[in-house]
Order: sequence, then C-alpha cells, then structure tokens
Amino acid sequence: MSGDVAITLRNVVKRYGDHEVLRGIDLDVRHGEVTCLIGPSGSGKSTLLRCVAFLEEHDAGIIRIGGAPLGFDERPDGSRIRLPITEIARVRRNIGMVFQQFNLWPHMTALGNVAEGLRQVLRLHKREAHDRAMAHLTRVGLAERASYYPSQLSGGQQQRVAIARALAMDPKIMLFDEPTSSLDPELTGEVLNVMRDLAAEGMTMLVVTHEIGFAAHVAQHVVFLDQAQIALEGRASDVFRKPWHPRMAQFLETYLDRGASVLLGN
Amino acid sequence: MTWIHVYLLAVGAVVTAGLSVVSITVGLAIGILVCAASLSRAAPLRWAARVYVSFFRGVPLLVLLLLIYHLLPQIGIDVPGVVAALVGLTLCTSAYQAETLRGGFVNIAPGLVEAGRMIGLNATQLLVRIRAPIALRLTLPALVNEGIMILKASSLVSVVGVGDITRTAQNLSSSTYRPIEMFATAGVFYLLLNVIVTRGGNGLGRLLGLPRT
Repeated sequence: MSGDVAITLRNVVKRYGDHEVLRGIDLDVRHGEVTCLIGPSGSGKSTLLRCVAFLEEHDAGIIRIGGAPLGFDERPDGSRIRLPITEIARVRRNIGMVFQQFNLWPHMTALGNVAEGLRQVLRLHKREAHDRAMAHLTRVGLAERASYYPSQLSGGQQQRVAIARALAMDPKIMLFDEPTSSLDPELTGEVLNVMRDLAAEGMTMLVVTHEIGFAAHVAQHVVFLDQAQIALEGRASDVFRKPWHPRMAQFLETYLDRGASVLLGN
Repeated sequence: MTWIHVYLLAVGAVVTAGLSVVSITVGLAIGILVCAASLSRAAPLRWAARVYVSFFRGVPLLVLLLLIYHLLPQIGIDVPGVVAALVGLTLCTSAYQAETLRGGFVNIAPGLVEAGRMIGLNATQLLVRIRAPIALRLTLPALVNEGIMILKASSLVSVVGVGDITRTAQNLSSSTYRPIEMFATAGVFYLLLNVIVTRGGNGLGRLLGLPRT
C-alpha cells in the first residue's frame, strides 16, 4: 500500500436489514487532498462517512486509516475479527469529525466545547487547555465568542466552533458530514471559508456535501455515489467538465437549474 | 396571633424544609440508580425498576406513610414518626425522579454522544461529562416541579405525628380557635419555601447553560 494514502476502503458493505446501503465500496483518500463525496440523497454518502468514523459498523470489507485497520481486521484465512475498543479509539484519534447538526454540547460554552477533549482525553492542565482552545477559536474567527453558550450562537458560528473542537485534538484527517446543509444560505459562506483555509493548509479532508461549487473549486478528488455504489470518481475538473455518466449529468442538472452557474465558467 | 405563633410555625417550616431537602436528595440518588437499572441491558434489572416505579407511583403517599408508620414497629423496628415520614417521602419521590430522569436520558440527541466519541471520550467520561449533565438539563424543570410537589406533599406527614408546618398550624388553631390566621400563615411559609426551590432550580439551570427564564 502506498504511503500517501490516508484512508483506504476495500469492498466495504453496509446493510440495514435486507437493504444494502453500501455495496462494495473501494476508495482511496490521499494525504493532503480534499475528497468530496457527492450524490443524490439516499445514495449512501453519509453512511460511508460514518463508517469511516466507525459510528456505523461496516458489515464486510476493510477500512484502513493510515494503514491501520479500523474496527475490524481480516485474518489471512479471510475471517473477520472485531478489534478491541482501545484499538478502535487509538485509530479514531487520527480523525476529527464535523456533523450536519453541529452537535455542540449545550451545557458548555464555546471554549468549554473546544477544551473538553484537551482536558479529558489529552489530560492537559486547565491553563494550557484554555490557551490551546482559545487559539483554535481564534483560528475560526470566534475568539470573542469564547464564553457564549451554543444557544447564543448562530448556526454558522456553532459549526465553526464544532470545527475548532475537532481541530483541537490535532487530527490527521477531517471528516465533514454535510457541514452546511442545516445552515441558512447566507451563513454557509463563513463555514466554507474556514474549510477552504483548512484545505489550503494541507489538511486531509473527506467531505460529504451538496455544495457543488465548493466541490468544484476546492476538491482535488470528487466521488459521485449513486444507489449505494461509486458511479464515477476522478479529478474534480474531469468529473464536472465531462459529466458523461447519465446519472451524474442528471444530478448536476438539478443544481444548474438552481442557478449553480459556477460550473459553467470557462 | 402573636410572634410566638409565628415563631412556632417557623420551626415547623424548618422541619418541612429539612424533610423535603433530605427526601429530594436521597430520592434523587435512589432515582439515579433506579433510572440506571431501567436503562440497563439486563432484563431482570429493567423489570425490577419497572415494579419499583409502578409501586411507589401507584400507592398514594398518605397510604404509604401510614403503612410504613404502622409496619415498621410490627417487624420490630421501632422508629420515630419523622423517620417513617422520611422513608415514605423518599421512596415516593425516588420513583417519580427515576421516571423523569429516564425520559431525559432517552431524549438526548444521539449526535451529542457521537461527538464525544469522536473526541475520544470513553464510556465513563461520556456518561459523566456529556450524558448526565444533558439529561439533567432536559429534566431540570420537571425535577424542580417534583421538588415543589414533595414540599407540598410533605404536609401529609402530620398524620404520623411530625411537627411540620401543617401539624403546627393544626395544633395552634385548636388551642387558639383561630384557624384562619394560622393556616393563612402556614400557606405563606409554604409559598416562601417554594420560591426558594424555584430560585435554586434557576441557579442550577444557569450552571448547566440553560437560557435565562
């Protein structure tokens, strides 16, 4: 396996009862790249991301984070073993996750949310955790909101705090699950800007998004999921400029109808 | 109505407050255990919790108090009325609080726990740092309500001879033949105690980051 691959999926299958939500996904996410997962709703993109976070347990196949198997490993004879919980936690330490619903803890201030992992998991002293949390809030432009509770922040601000909370743990990979889907249109920009800065700093990012403009401009790698499978993937420019795949063309048309003229440039 | 009457009622108020505080706190502790049992994976624990809750919610507090008061000496435990009163109030409120807390835990948005798992919190930290405070936050108004209910329901302990506000007012009205003044003053004392409970609940709410009401 090549050393520049951050996440590898091989033949990953996820089922809910009889329903196959992921049908044998093969995917490589390279270090330092932004990979966007796009596709119609119900195509399995969020499930795929949640499997990479091990919030959903895949039913078959293998997921590797920086080479280490996540959750399950395969023996040479092909049988599958569940890894111990400490091993899952160790591998997951490489991953930060940002959710559609922000999921900030309502009983803690913005600063408290960011400092929680530093205090409880990294066991930093109060002073140091505070300083590092402040630095991360500053990075997302919210230093002056440090003492606010989530209920006192706008959706965009909450999502930026959530990004700071994930970054504070110093992850090698950031997962974003439709980070702007529950935001008013005028608030998506501030979140996308933070993500753009993060991409420019070379963070490895796997992003489930409906923001086709973001995918077209920021992603190096675009993966189009349809009906629980990868229908099309490649460099962003190739995928968007030549939507030869009929489902992809259909999918993009709905965005063009909504005025996503960004794709028509050049 | 003289100051001595007010003083005697104030002593009764201290008794009422003491009974309420002890039964609410011990009841919360038992309620947490019963709630944990009702959310446990072990079926016998869940079953035991269900029986516990339906029994102590189903039997009227007055009946429960009289039962304990007469039952304990029968089985050789001779206790003063105040202990019987405390046991009755505590068992009763623990069942209500267990149910309230269970509702709080069940209603925690799963994403809040997932966010904790992604940060790397272990099961104990998730419970202590995330789930319990959020459940408490969700149930605080109901728990304050329960505190007020118990404070008022504690007036029933007068039947087992405990000198709380109500009992004192009864005694004073029969010795002075001025029931209206005595019971009106008793009502004022209950009102004052409930204001304190409500204030305390609001203070706790602010600690948990609830918006001001």
